[in-house]
Amino acid sequence: MIYFDKVSKIYNSGKSIALEDVSFEIAPKEFVSIVGHSGAGKTTLLKMLIAEDQPSHGQVFYESLDIHRIPRSRLPHFRRKIGTVFQDFKLLPHKTAYENIAFAMEANGRHDSEIEENVPQALELVDLEDKAWNFPHELSGGEKQRVAIARAIVNQPDIIIADEPTGNLDPIATYEVVQILRKINDLGTTVIMTTHNKGVIDELGRRVITMDEGRIVRDDAEGKYVL
Amino acid sequence: MFIALKRILRAGFVGFWRNAFVSFTSIIVMVVALFVIASTLFNSYSLESALADFQDRVDINLYFVVDAKPEAIDALKSEIETLPEVASVTLTTREQALQEFRERHKDDELILQGLEQLGENPLGASLAIRARETQQYEGISNFLNERQSKETVGTPLIDRVNYQKNKDAIDRLTDLINSERRQNEIISLVLIIVAAFVMFNTVKLAIYNSREEIAVMRLVGASNYYITMPFVIVGVMQGLIAGVLVLLLLYPALIWDETLFYPFPFFNDTTIQAFLFDYFISEFATIFVVIVGGGILISAISSFLAVRKYLYV
Repeated sequence: MIYFDKVSKIYNSGKSIALEDVSFEIAPKEFVSIVGHSGAGKTTLLKMLIAEDQPSHGQVFYESLDIHRIPRSRLPHFRRKIGTVFQDFKLLPHKTAYENIAFAMEANGRHDSEIEENVPQALELVDLEDKAWNFPHELSGGEKQRVAIARAIVNQPDIIIADEPTGNLDPIATYEVVQILRKINDLGTTVIMTTHNKGVIDELGRRVITMDEGRIVRDDAEGKYVL
Repeated sequence: MFIALKRILRAGFVGFWRNAFVSFTSIIVMVVALFVIASTLFNSYSLESALADFQDRVDINLYFVVDAKPEAIDALKSEIETLPEVASVTLTTREQALQEFRERHKDDELILQGLEQLGENPLGASLAIRARETQQYEGISNFLNERQSKETVGTPLIDRVNYQKNKDAIDRLTDLINSERRQNEIISLVLIIVAAFVMFNTVKLAIYNSREEIAVMRLVGASNYYITMPFVIVGVMQGLIAGVLVLLLLYPALIWDETLFYPFPFFNDTTIQAFLFDYFISEFATIFVVIVGGGILISAISSFLAVRKYLYV
């Protein structure tokens, strides 16, 4: 479903290498964790996937589509296939939890009736029905991240990308978020997650790609956190 | 399409209210800027009406000799009236001239006594001639001078024509007004540009606050159009409210003291009155379009440009 073909990313005209000759493949319905130290290139890898950044060499394919050849005007359309979750949540501060989730659907041009049906479902999935009308600053970190996940899944994307989704969360909130991601994966959505958290990886027991200094150093089908 | 429009409008309104403080601050700044634009409007109107007033005061005075026959005077009057350049000819008879003279010097005993001693009316009749256009005075004056020079036989009818004397003063005033007008145009232009820039920067700062929000919207898959338009709607609302506020403020300001809007230093309220309040009422539609329309346009375009800057993600 996703193919990285010898992708390199070099910043500062050659002085710092974020990715070096990275090739791998992700199949539909996989749950892939990408681990590595800070600066190993995990976030850069994800940025390549949603075309937030361009590779210096190589290509990234989604199905048969070269992601970096999509014209800018078509990018929003492509991004709707991918739900994104960020370490810092990136919720819209002036919109309530409900409106944040609804915004993703509105931007997608969905009908009001669909929105009224799907947003409560998404809120239910992340167990936040009672916080629907709270603004982000009224929610805890874990709750914000659950809103962000609900927003990511509400359009029923093919892939969920989660960049350090538990990086700012306490152990209980971390556990909840990972359980939700696992539930989403069980429902048939591909999940790609980067993390530092050894406990999360070991408990998941799914595919783990280990990165170091911009290279893939391990790729285990039922990996543990080894660094 | 209709759904998108409805959502954009709603997002604009909601955004305006939830950012009430920022909206309020922007509106205050816009009110000041639009007030400046409004005063340039009033400034140039004052100048124009002053110029029109001066041009209205220009005329040629033709003085008859004291013993000119009334029939001859009437004949010349109708002759002048047939000239195409002439707009009006007003006759002041000897008696009227004397009366006006007495009226003017009623507090001056010495002059009145002198007049009594003279025994007879020393003043001749006169014609005040007004042209349709200022430039036509020269031609009328030439015609009259020619007419005067032909009166060699018998008693002369025309005593003197005073155009040349007035002309210098009129020319100087016209020059002064014209240079004042040019100056005013430059100052107005600079003020309008500064006001537009102030508004642009205010909007830019407000949207700078939302730059991360804009990036998030892009990442969530919203189209540029869908992201930009609510901000433009907020801009339209701010411009509209600011424009209406300015018009509401102008009303009492003009009643209170309209000399506030006279261009300095050419004017004061004793020489020329521009009747700005009447202008405000009679030209309200134009002023409305300039102030409210200008406010909306500048604010909406600023919003559009400012959001564009943050759509790079």
